[in-house]
Amino acid sequence: MAAPKQINTTETEARIDTLTLPQDGWSAGSRADALARLRAMGLPGRRDEYWKFTRPDALVQADVPATEVFANDEAPLMDGQPCLRVVFVDGVFDADASDDLALEGIEISRLADTSADIHWAQSLHGTLETAGQTPVARPLAALTTAFATDGLLIRVTGQPDKPVNVIYNRSSDSADAMLHHVIKLEQGTKLTLLESGPAAARLNTVMEVDVADTAAFHHVRTQGRDHQRLAATHVFARLGEESIFKSFTMTANGKMTRNECVLDLKGDDAVAHVAGACVGDGDFHHDDTVFVTHDAVNCESRQVFKKVLRNGATGVFQGKILVKAGAQKTDGYQISQSLLLDGDSQFLAKPELEIYADDVACSHGSTSGAIDDEALFYLRSRGVPVELATNLLTLAFLAEAVQEIEDEDLRADIETRMSGWLERHRT
Amino acid sequence: MLKINNLHVQLEEEEKQILKGVNLEVEPGKVHAIMGPNGSGKSTLSYVLAGRPGYQVTEGTAHLGDVDLLNIEPEERAAAGLFLAFQYPVEIPGVGNMTFLRTAVNAQRKARGEEEMSAAEFLKVIRAKAKTLKIDADMLKRPVNVGFSGGEKKRNEILQMAMLEPKMCILDETDSGLDVDAMKLVSEGVNALRDQGRGFLVITHYQRLLDHIKPDVVHIMSDGRIIKTGGPELALEVEHNGYADILSEVA
Repeated sequence: MAAPKQINTTETEARIDTLTLPQDGWSAGSRADALARLRAMGLPGRRDEYWKFTRPDALVQADVPATEVFANDEAPLMDGQPCLRVVFVDGVFDADASDDLALEGIEISRLADTSADIHWAQSLHGTLETAGQTPVARPLAALTTAFATDGLLIRVTGQPDKPVNVIYNRSSDSADAMLHHVIKLEQGTKLTLLESGPAAARLNTVMEVDVADTAAFHHVRTQGRDHQRLAATHVFARLGEESIFKSFTMTANGKMTRNECVLDLKGDDAVAHVAGACVGDGDFHHDDTVFVTHDAVNCESRQVFKKVLRNGATGVFQGKILVKAGAQKTDGYQISQSLLLDGDSQFLAKPELEIYADDVACSHGSTSGAIDDEALFYLRSRGVPVELATNLLTLAFLAEAVQEIEDEDLRADIETRMSGWLERHRT
Repeated sequence: MLKINNLHVQLEEEEKQILKGVNLEVEPGKVHAIMGPNGSGKSTLSYVLAGRPGYQVTEGTAHLGDVDLLNIEPEERAAAGLFLAFQYPVEIPGVGNMTFLRTAVNAQRKARGEEEMSAAEFLKVIRAKAKTLKIDADMLKRPVNVGFSGGEKKRNEILQMAMLEPKMCILDETDSGLDVDAMKLVSEGVNALRDQGRGFLVITHYQRLLDHIKPDVVHIMSDGRIIKTGGPELALEVEHNGYADILSEVA
């Protein structure tokens, strides 16, 4: 067994000192609890097992160093198409740029609006995050639950005919944004949630999603192309019977990104897919940390992560499938692959399976490789120039992850972004 | 059309000489066949002409018209009009067959300063050509060669050839892995392209392909050289007597 963890008290308190704990409203109690959780575990340090491949310093330190704001010429997902637009700038709600917070089939409000008495949110706020702290501590999530300044509270009661489109713009060179979204899908409901944009110099998010029986949640996000941004995001989801949870993340650029996804399949016959495609060039560190718990019968989970890395970029994948005793007929799949476009880049992967049921099918695989020479020559022999052939093969490598997006238009949008990035980043 | 002069080639990784002075000239509109035992250098010749990495030319030249093939990139050779039908077509998961072909056609047109083909025009042309090769819409949509049978892969090669309309076509053991019906289909595809002054270099072990694609000239290759050249009757001689007679004759 590992030695008892040494709590990083000095750094933790230094960070807490820079923040203000909201005292009013329905969330005060769960925020105070989150702060106590944070103090008990301390912010991540380099010795923590789940931070071995990713130096937490930039995400932990109290100050956010001022960095250049990348010219944002990137359109949000489904730009110009019907959706409920909600815009945050440096983590601050922008009412003028947002639509009225109203959509048939959902109740939507903001975490910052403390005047409302939102019982459903109160009973959910912080609970999935708390459950997700075991067996692996996620201190940055507790930090966000305690101190988030805003976020969306969405209760889905029907099947809205358009997605909720959250757009995170960035304008300040050193804003430290903390957002917490709480989403509850009632039985038989559906929601598509989109997120796009660089968000802030440093972004911390928690999204708790409670998917009731037979409900379906689709999530697609693109983390903005800003080279200097830092982000630690967390998605915690609980899945009821026959429910569906699908999440896809595209990341292009970003100095440091840690995306954690913690899924708990609680009801029989639930389906959870989580996928990511990232492309990084140079000063780029991208970490996907996923924990899927099967706690019911006949559930399916898929983790598909693809990373394209060049010029010293680093990719990390830590993915776990835990099958609890009794979770028979589990179908668990996990693949993490990197395409290293040169010898300077690296991919660090830690796939884990822990199985306590005897009638399950779980597979996992992790590979690192270069462009296939045979395929490259084949394309070139047909007249496709080497750069274009390399791009085609790179997009083909990413395809398995992108295919996880169900909606055809969104998939095409992501493909266009990916090929645009490759066009701009030719060696 | 294709003129190969005293071509010497060795493997890049070891100093093993594979081609030891190949001389060959294919005239416009003619079909030349190269036959020869295993390991004689036939496939190496086709790869070196197409520009596959891993080979080093130590002596000699190869020209397609005025173009010095050996000093340009594989994609430039293709744009100049050279096409190699692979013995083992490569599977490319994630790249749709149609996307691949349209990219290739337009890349070649662009390289030659020609106008690119519109999506609609391309679709019209490829549908017609695919039909004659019995390639269905599903095969066009699937990733390049993935899950294709041996015969489907070879038909897909001929479809690419038909779409790219090269000046000089090299067929590397296109008959391997084909049943009689598929061989007929592939040969019809090749024969349909035999007009307009196209040159063909057909590499094969067996006479049977040459029953369908009638050669004008037959070369026998052995140990990195062409040791005998003749008419179609030479292929029949090989079919009846094997290579032993010819090899001992020149030895």
